[in-house]
Amino acid sequence: MHRNSTIDLPQLKGHMGGLDNLYQEVILDHYKNRRHRGEIEGATVTVDHNNPMCGDEIHLQVRLANGRVENLGHTGDGCSISQASASMMSEVVIGKSTDEVRELIEHMRAVMHGTVEADEELLEDGVALAGVRKFPARVKCALLSWIALKDALEQQGEADGK
Amino acid sequence: MGTASNWRADFPILGRPIDGRPLIYLDSAATSQKPEVVIQTMSDYYREANANVRRGVYALAAESDRRFEHARASIARLVDASTDGLVVTKNVTEAINLVAYAWGLRNLSDGDEILITIMEHHSNIVPWQLVAELTGATVKFCPMTAGHELDMDAMAEMIGPRTKVVSVVHVSNALGTINPVAEIGRMAHAAGALMVVDGSQSVPHMPVSFTELGCDVLAFTGHKMLGPTGIGILVARPELLDSMAPFMGGGEMINDVTTEGSTYATGPRKFEAGTPPIAETIGLGAAAEYLMAIGMDAVRAHELELTRYALDAMADIPGLMVYGPSDPERRGCPISFAMDTVHAHDVAQFLDAQGVCVRAGHHCAKPLMRTLGVAATARASTHVYSTTDEIDALVAALHGSAAYFA
Repeated sequence: MHRNSTIDLPQLKGHMGGLDNLYQEVILDHYKNRRHRGEIEGATVTVDHNNPMCGDEIHLQVRLANGRVENLGHTGDGCSISQASASMMSEVVIGKSTDEVRELIEHMRAVMHGTVEADEELLEDGVALAGVRKFPARVKCALLSWIALKDALEQQGEADGK
Repeated sequence: MGTASNWRADFPILGRPIDGRPLIYLDSAATSQKPEVVIQTMSDYYREANANVRRGVYALAAESDRRFEHARASIARLVDASTDGLVVTKNVTEAINLVAYAWGLRNLSDGDEILITIMEHHSNIVPWQLVAELTGATVKFCPMTAGHELDMDAMAEMIGPRTKVVSVVHVSNALGTINPVAEIGRMAHAAGALMVVDGSQSVPHMPVSFTELGCDVLAFTGHKMLGPTGIGILVARPELLDSMAPFMGGGEMINDVTTEGSTYATGPRKFEAGTPPIAETIGLGAAAEYLMAIGMDAVRAHELELTRYALDAMADIPGLMVYGPSDPERRGCPISFAMDTVHAHDVAQFLDAQGVCVRAGHHCAKPLMRTLGVAATARASTHVYSTTDEIDALVAALHGSAAYFA
């Protein structure tokens, strides 16, 4: 029987030690007090994104003018990571030029895919999301709002190009 | 055959630690763990008897055939069906697609109705939507009551002369609700409709007799009933199989092939194109024999006790909503729940840190989730190897998660 098996099982590493790394205080703070939650006046582009794996949803409204993200609001339903990420993103992108925002989005994607270290100068509170990397199933949660914003920029770009 | 603690010892994976802590596996509705006998039977097959089935003349092929047919007979016996009606598929999804296409394409037309329910898994929704698009038929959803059971008054009203097929999940994977599929089958038959039952969450956990259910088709899957992945079973009345056109064409499903056209094999083989999952069939046969040796009544009794125990304990957790019927007798093993202040994914992540494996998400039942008004729930589910100690660990971790995210 297996109880007497001499085969060594590989040591499966769970997530026992990493929970506080995932749910850092700043993330829980953004989750409980979401910044820029709600609808905004004068949105120039609106996108809806969801994570088909888990059902998380984000409804993102952006006011783009003069080459800048002038305002942004988000609603939707999701886990603490996706909601905190939307809140952190909102704080950091409002007022920035679309080029800066694109760079930010690419940086966040690279951080989540583990190819670069998170830059606190760029991401501000969002640097805390780097802890999500150790939880591959949650990376999509962290990126949901950022991908939605990228889509919003592209849609606006297409509309302006016409 | 023994007790729960003996059964538990039959599952090698449950002896392994994760980060030095015991594995508390409460995701059996997603997939069950496998007893040693299933693993060994499949390994023995590859070591001792591997040859393709239904074609070889040599002794090794005859041994492979013998084990394969023995397994098919065991699987049929578990659900009180005839091997003449037992079709091996890849999973329940393929089994339902098989019926939707092989039967539906030739029997549905504009104005016909396909009646399913709001608590179906996507595998019993999307195939019918696809076939409805091709045939002009309409897919109707029977609603549920506030108690998360099928609204049988609505069912009676919705089954009518336009209804050509009724396809219902026996036990909801996302609510745990046991549906009265025998009664629905009688209503369907009275209207001249085909009755299909998705047994994914019932066959692994309770006595299910295809004969007594009286349905036309019953589908279930190997990996949720202690068997391997890669095998599903469609059980149908043999006459129904005879009346149906093939689903997939290829080797093994033919009588003759000429440059002008083909004629087809009779019986289940008509629907089993290509080399079947031989080791998986043999493994599932071992799983069926293992379950029959315990006795499906004993399996059900054990899980009912766990469900009762869990529902009692979970009732004391502040802010916890449990979905599905409150009476454990009216439920299978899945227990879906949500905490008012913590998202399902965060609950599942917190539970993982306590070594407790549960599922979080929409459970491939998005129409149901929309009806419930939630994006996701967490779900704990048991099998023969599960214990009240594991339920205690779940409940303790749930208390902990409420405090953690407060």
